[in-house]
Amino acid sequence: MERRRLRNWVLGLLGWLAALVMFFPIFWMTITAFKTEQEAYQPGLFFIPTLESFREVFARSRYADYALNSIFISFGSTLLCFLLAIPAAYRMAFFPTRKTQSMLLWMLSTKMMPAVGVLLPVYLLFRSAGLLDSIRGLILIYALMNLPICVWMTYTYFCEIPAAILEAARVDGAGFCSEIRHVLAPMALPGLASTALLLIILSWNEAFWSLNLTSAHAAPLTVFIASYSSPEGLFWAKLSAASLLAVAPILVLGWLTQKQLVSGLTLGAVK
Amino acid sequence: MTAAAPIPTPPAAAAADPPLADGSVRLRNLSKTYADDRGRPVCHAVQGINLEIQDGELLVLVGPSGCGKSTTLRLIAGLESISGGTIEIGGRVVNQAEPKDRGIAMVFQNYALYPHMTVFDNLAFGLKLAKKEKAFIREAVLRAATTLGLEGLLERKPQALSGGQRQRVALGRALVRNPKVFLFDEPLSNLDAKMRVQMRAEIARLHSSLKTTMIYVTHDQVEAMTMGDRICVMRDGVLMQVADPLTLYRRPQNLFVAGFIGSPPMSLLPGRVESRDGRLAFVGGGGDGALTVPLTGRLEQLARGRIGRKIVFGLRPEHLNVAGGEATHAPASCLIEMAEPMGAESILYLKAGGSSLIGRVPGERLYKKGEKLTMHIHLEKAHLFDAESENAITET
Repeated sequence: MERRRLRNWVLGLLGWLAALVMFFPIFWMTITAFKTEQEAYQPGLFFIPTLESFREVFARSRYADYALNSIFISFGSTLLCFLLAIPAAYRMAFFPTRKTQSMLLWMLSTKMMPAVGVLLPVYLLFRSAGLLDSIRGLILIYALMNLPICVWMTYTYFCEIPAAILEAARVDGAGFCSEIRHVLAPMALPGLASTALLLIILSWNEAFWSLNLTSAHAAPLTVFIASYSSPEGLFWAKLSAASLLAVAPILVLGWLTQKQLVSGLTLGAVK
Repeated sequence: MTAAAPIPTPPAAAAADPPLADGSVRLRNLSKTYADDRGRPVCHAVQGINLEIQDGELLVLVGPSGCGKSTTLRLIAGLESISGGTIEIGGRVVNQAEPKDRGIAMVFQNYALYPHMTVFDNLAFGLKLAKKEKAFIREAVLRAATTLGLEGLLERKPQALSGGQRQRVALGRALVRNPKVFLFDEPLSNLDAKMRVQMRAEIARLHSSLKTTMIYVTHDQVEAMTMGDRICVMRDGVLMQVADPLTLYRRPQNLFVAGFIGSPPMSLLPGRVESRDGRLAFVGGGGDGALTVPLTGRLEQLARGRIGRKIVFGLRPEHLNVAGGEATHAPASCLIEMAEPMGAESILYLKAGGSSLIGRVPGERLYKKGEKLTMHIHLEKAHLFDAESENAITET
């Protein structure tokens, strides 16, 4: 018993250390946001908090526009992603063929390619299609980017549902849409919700395509942060304030839904 | 690889068939073959089945795992596509019809209740999809719930119900659809023994009050014998025999049915017909000291044309007793390999010569392994089967 208690204690300590290491940058950024530009250059913990950096950030750029863009793009791309993923996952989960597994792996493999590899073709395509610097364009590319993850996770949740229940629904007279609406979606809801949360977070934080494909109109919060690394030099306090404003909404969302996120991500793994 | 010959197909239907009653089901040359991705046939699950089920009959499809009984049921339900043949329900060909348009309702082995809906919603789901009015739905659901004793459970969710209650909800869901044919896919397999007996009686009661056609699939031959008006024994996608329980028990048409129906099973002894001192006898396997049974009376007639041929001698346990001595009994000295005292009687697993036999004896005396005793074979109740074709040898 003693050994087990000691082991638990050590593991707990390691866990706390890991958490501190991961949390530290965010913590430091938060306190830096409340310092003046001068204080920001000194690594000190004790200071008098001030809101002047925030005031300057709001005066300099329109936070609300960027935030609204982020919201539209994250939620929009997640919605589009699900519209495409649910029929695919349905087919693969309930009518699998020999090729199903290899198709899933192939889909996942597209995520392994670095985005920069296709930057030029995508840019040119977007330009000819008039999708540059548009919310539609980003929604499209984010949906495609997240599609493999969405299909994979939805597939594992659909696999948990016994086929007999869908057959019972068929006997009761349900067509495809009724099956999804009345049987599949309610049953897979926890899994679908955590997948949606994950996709929203991924889209919100995505910084490659948003920087390269937008400029004035459709720029989300990631561009907002990047705009603070200016040729004038790095203004740490303002940069931290801007970053905090960009990250805060998604941090709060993640905090509130952490239980669903964890259970959703690990549910498939245990089975 | 020689399976018994399937039931001979009935003569081709005349151009004008008499109109079938509402709940009758007719399968004509029904077959289902599973193919792999390239279209090559991989599994002949159901092969050319011909079956006529009368309106109001409770027909049981029974057989070992993989015999095609569930596949046949799912073909009738419309959950699988047909590879060949036709299915008629109520006189109408339903090959292409959706399950909801066939007038059927199905009760699944794992109940398949909707876990996120209350019992009421589970029962009402089909009617809601059919866009019936609320009052109609409420009335139908309450009626079904009262029939099955579910009135107090309507607001509960399936996870708050016991196995038996869940199965009743599954039954209720089928009842609410007011179908022409009920389809049961091993509904009692997941219940404990006591609940199984209770639900069996309830389904039988339902059948006698509703008088609707029911097709019941099970692998349990006890269930089949107690519930069915008629029983279809299946093996490897083929019908081995279709008859009422008693006929199946007393006049099995082939080795498979003989060995499948009846618990404990019929003793099936391979051997040959030989002529001993001018009389016919069955000689079992095992060389010297093999079991020799004189074939007299009816058995002599059956074996007459088969001297020297291989046959199988079949005997039900109740026809192998300790008491005996009449002219129609043949003695056999046996060694007890195992004894199972059941209380009122004991089941003895015996060895005679090289042949294994099962016998039933009164339960008052305790028999022990290793004991030797003389058992008596009731010759007039024995069965003879041809060893190659596996068919029963009958008078005709």
